[in-house]
Amino acid sequence: MKEAKIKIRNVSFYYGTKLALNTVSLDIYANQVTAFIGPSGCGKSTFLRTLNRMNDLIPNVKITGEIIIDDVNIYDRQIDVVNLRKKIGMVFQKSNPFAKSIYENVAYGPKINGIHNKKVLEEIVETSLKRAAIWDEVKDRLHDSALGLSGGQQQRLCIARTLAVNPEIILMDEPASALDPISTSKIEELIFQLKELYTIIIVTHNMQQAARVSEMTAFFYIGELIEYGKTKKIFTNPEKKQTEDYITGRFG
Amino acid sequence: MKKWTNKLTGGIMVGTTALSVVIIIAIIVVMFVVIIIGGKEQISWKFLTSFPEDGMTKGGIFPAIFGTALMVLLMSVAAVPFGTITAIYLTEYAHENSFLSKCIRFAVKTLAMVPSIIFGLFGLGFFIKFVGDGMDHAFLGGHLKWGQPNILWASLTMALLTLPVVIVSVEEAIHTVPGSLREASLALGATKWQTIRKVVLPGARSGILTGTILAVSRGAGEVAPILFTGAAYYLATLPHSVSDQFMSLGYHIYIMSTQSTNVDQTLPIQFATTLVLLMLTFILNFTAVIIRARLRRTPK
Amino acid sequence: MKVASEGDATFVFEKSVEMDNEPTNFEEPKEKLIPQDKGEELTSDKKTRGLVRGTYRFTADSLKKKVRLSEFISEKVITGVAFLTITIIVLIFLFVFRETLPLFRQHSQKVTTTAQVQEQYGSDEGAGRNAGNQEVYGITKDSITSADNSRETIEPGNNEGRVIFPDKATFKGLWGKEWMPVSDKPRYGLMPLILGTFKISILAILFAAPLAILAALFSAAFSPKWLREIIKPAIELLAGFPSVVIGFFALMVMASVFQNFFGYSTRLNAFVGGIAMALAAIPIIFTMTEDVMTAVPESYKEASLALGASKWQTAFYVTLPAATPGIFAAILLGIGRIFGETMIALMATGNAALISMNPFESVRTLSATIGAEMAEVVFGDTHYSVLFLIGSLLFIFTFALNAFAEFYVKGKMVARFQGRIA
Ligand SMILES: Nc1ncnc2c1ncn2[C@@H]1O[C@H](COP(=O)(O)OP(=O)(O)OP(=O)(O)O)[C@@H](O)[C@H]1O
Ligand SMILES: [Mg+2]
Repeated sequence: MKEAKIKIRNVSFYYGTKLALNTVSLDIYANQVTAFIGPSGCGKSTFLRTLNRMNDLIPNVKITGEIIIDDVNIYDRQIDVVNLRKKIGMVFQKSNPFAKSIYENVAYGPKINGIHNKKVLEEIVETSLKRAAIWDEVKDRLHDSALGLSGGQQQRLCIARTLAVNPEIILMDEPASALDPISTSKIEELIFQLKELYTIIIVTHNMQQAARVSEMTAFFYIGELIEYGKTKKIFTNPEKKQTEDYITGRFG
Repeated sequence: MKKWTNKLTGGIMVGTTALSVVIIIAIIVVMFVVIIIGGKEQISWKFLTSFPEDGMTKGGIFPAIFGTALMVLLMSVAAVPFGTITAIYLTEYAHENSFLSKCIRFAVKTLAMVPSIIFGLFGLGFFIKFVGDGMDHAFLGGHLKWGQPNILWASLTMALLTLPVVIVSVEEAIHTVPGSLREASLALGATKWQTIRKVVLPGARSGILTGTILAVSRGAGEVAPILFTGAAYYLATLPHSVSDQFMSLGYHIYIMSTQSTNVDQTLPIQFATTLVLLMLTFILNFTAVIIRARLRRTPK
Repeated sequence: MKVASEGDATFVFEKSVEMDNEPTNFEEPKEKLIPQDKGEELTSDKKTRGLVRGTYRFTADSLKKKVRLSEFISEKVITGVAFLTITIIVLIFLFVFRETLPLFRQHSQKVTTTAQVQEQYGSDEGAGRNAGNQEVYGITKDSITSADNSRETIEPGNNEGRVIFPDKATFKGLWGKEWMPVSDKPRYGLMPLILGTFKISILAILFAAPLAILAALFSAAFSPKWLREIIKPAIELLAGFPSVVIGFFALMVMASVFQNFFGYSTRLNAFVGGIAMALAAIPIIFTMTEDVMTAVPESYKEASLALGASKWQTAFYVTLPAATPGIFAAILLGIGRIFGETMIALMATGNAALISMNPFESVRTLSATIGAEMAEVVFGDTHYSVLFLIGSLLFIFTFALNAFAEFYVKGKMVARFQGRIA
């Protein structure tokens, strides 16, 4: 097994005094899809958001432990959070395109990075939209408002927007939970393709989805990592009773 | 039996409260109607575009309209950026419960409550006597230029008065910008300031507009702050520079109805001026209400 | 179907891309990075340049903290500007108060002799308020008394014992019952102004508060939603009436109508002014009362309705009591507005500084006094300073009112709601 891309070591997370993650440790590998599953409120989103330090925005939170990506502890004081987030993209549960045109949505990231050359921007927009498998649907109306797209299209646009910043790792928090089955399968297909280029971590409530798209699966329960391993193993032969109960739908 | 008295009391309660609403609205309607009837004869294009004549007993009110417009323009230039930035601080930078943000909020509320005449005193004591005199002594060797009432000082005084209006409107609008958009921007590696500039402020545009309109409407109608900071009784010419005095609609109404030698003869002019001012503020307020209602209706 | 196995797909590329530093990288990638066997969307990448995938590694170096000047400056500037609002409040107090200082200074010096005072009289007879008069501030209480005595011997016409020294305001003088700043022998008694202000405020609030609160009760508790959405903006329209317009209406219309109706003799009086000021206060009280009433938790009302109480009983026994602190605050804010209202007072009250309990007599309020007289005073003289003193009093009063409404009442409101829920 090759070296892990992200090494999480004994991470605990507190909202105020409330413990939301309890000494979680796991390794995440490059160019794979890693799925986080678990019942609602078990801390999946919290954990995901520690990886690009989005939780820094919430007042009164505390994190202990280490998260090491490649060579560097991302909670090191010397780390620039803004640049870190450029390298770790995030797709949210509810699609959240800006109230701008489709083009402007995708070009947003490159622009704030100082790219203003029109030709370059156009290329980035096109490439990103293609990679997000939405180019054909929007290529004729790039300058229409993004809010006019369907929910599934909006979500793929948000993925394109994330890709346009050229991240290494993409975090997805239930990216398909608000979508219809067809849009969902499109997103799944997309995730499957994107992992060739990116390291993907996805939170999902949908067991089949986790089984379909991921190589590795982590099962969380009330802030603890219960079991982590190859998806096939977790779904066919889990080691822990809680995991089995959850997967077979006995609770959660 | 009991039910019957109950119903009666209820009827009386609902009746009295409804009557109160009717009385208030009736007062508003009566004021409108009386002022419209009193002023509509006098209003004409000529009235709006010509200078007063014969010791202000005849002619139009153009300089007062012009002065009011110029004053609210200067006022907005000062109050809108200032108020917007303060609102940004309160919503984006301040920690909700920090001492500083509580102080600022309290200061904004106080500012909204300070009697307008106090702003006039402050304008006189600070802008004219402190800043203006200071400038005259520092740059003009004591030659009197800035140390006296003028449109600049009046506008700045008015800007302080309308500041809370802008702050409150912009703050409200910024709150309607969903947190998920801020997160999206930050997750793309935008800095806080980039997020504010490119996502938050564009989302709050209509709020800034409403705030500006409300501030203009308020500033156009206030008289007390400009009584001794720049408004003039009568000027034969329009102000040429910001160090000139100016005529204003509100002050014109006040002067004409209380100090002029011939109150009765100029009554139509007074009503017409009042009508112009009322319509101006009414239209502005109405626009702001509509924009705001639309803003509130848009789903978050 | 594609089968993914762990650890495949490692690409080695010529150049890693760091968007921050080298945006031009997007223009001339040496290699195409998309694997051949990908789906259609991805292979079409080949035709375009940009978004080159490379062997980026997260390193301490590439993620080193950057100093962003614009970020730093914008934060400091924004904080600074926001802080200015506090500064303005402080400045308002300082500069309004500063102009009253000459009044206080006269107590700290004890120089002037009676002879000088006498001398000063001579020049003071006519339009005595000029810069030269400043000297006279150095008068002690004793000399004032003697001056008063001497003055009385000179001019027997002015024989009121409480009359203070010409153009002087001692603090005793400020308690006087006469406000006659422009006369041979100026008197700066604030009593009539303070009483007049209170009189008109009481009149106005007696009219405004019940009307506004009842209307708010209707809007919040009884009216259907569609009606409420008409009533609220309609009444708030009143807030948009400039006070000079209300003043003008009171002066030209209300005054005559009321006079004909009640048949009193003074056309402009406290009653007319009070009603006109009530018009300015009504929207303030209405809006705030309505807001607190709608803020009363729905669960309270439902609980009451579930117990079989009717709509009005719920409104009267549940909504109204729960909203009491907020209504109280609303009334305080209304009083604050009335207290400081200048233009209506100037135009509709008659402006005579009388001490009288009769609502149909003229009054002169504190703020109207400032508005009417400031334009005519000489900068720096006693009259000027006294007007600023009145301003300071008004400012302190409204500040205290606001602080009280803000902290005391709001605290109570919160405690009440939370206390019941908990
Ligand atoms: N901002 C916050 N402040 C305080 N507590 C929070 C906050 N966000 C989440 N929590 C709490 O932390 C715990 C974990 O929340 P989290 O959102 O990570 O769960 P989740 O596994 O993502 O749930 P879901 O599947 O419903 O999205 C929950 O108990 C939640 O109530
Ligand atoms: Mg979640």
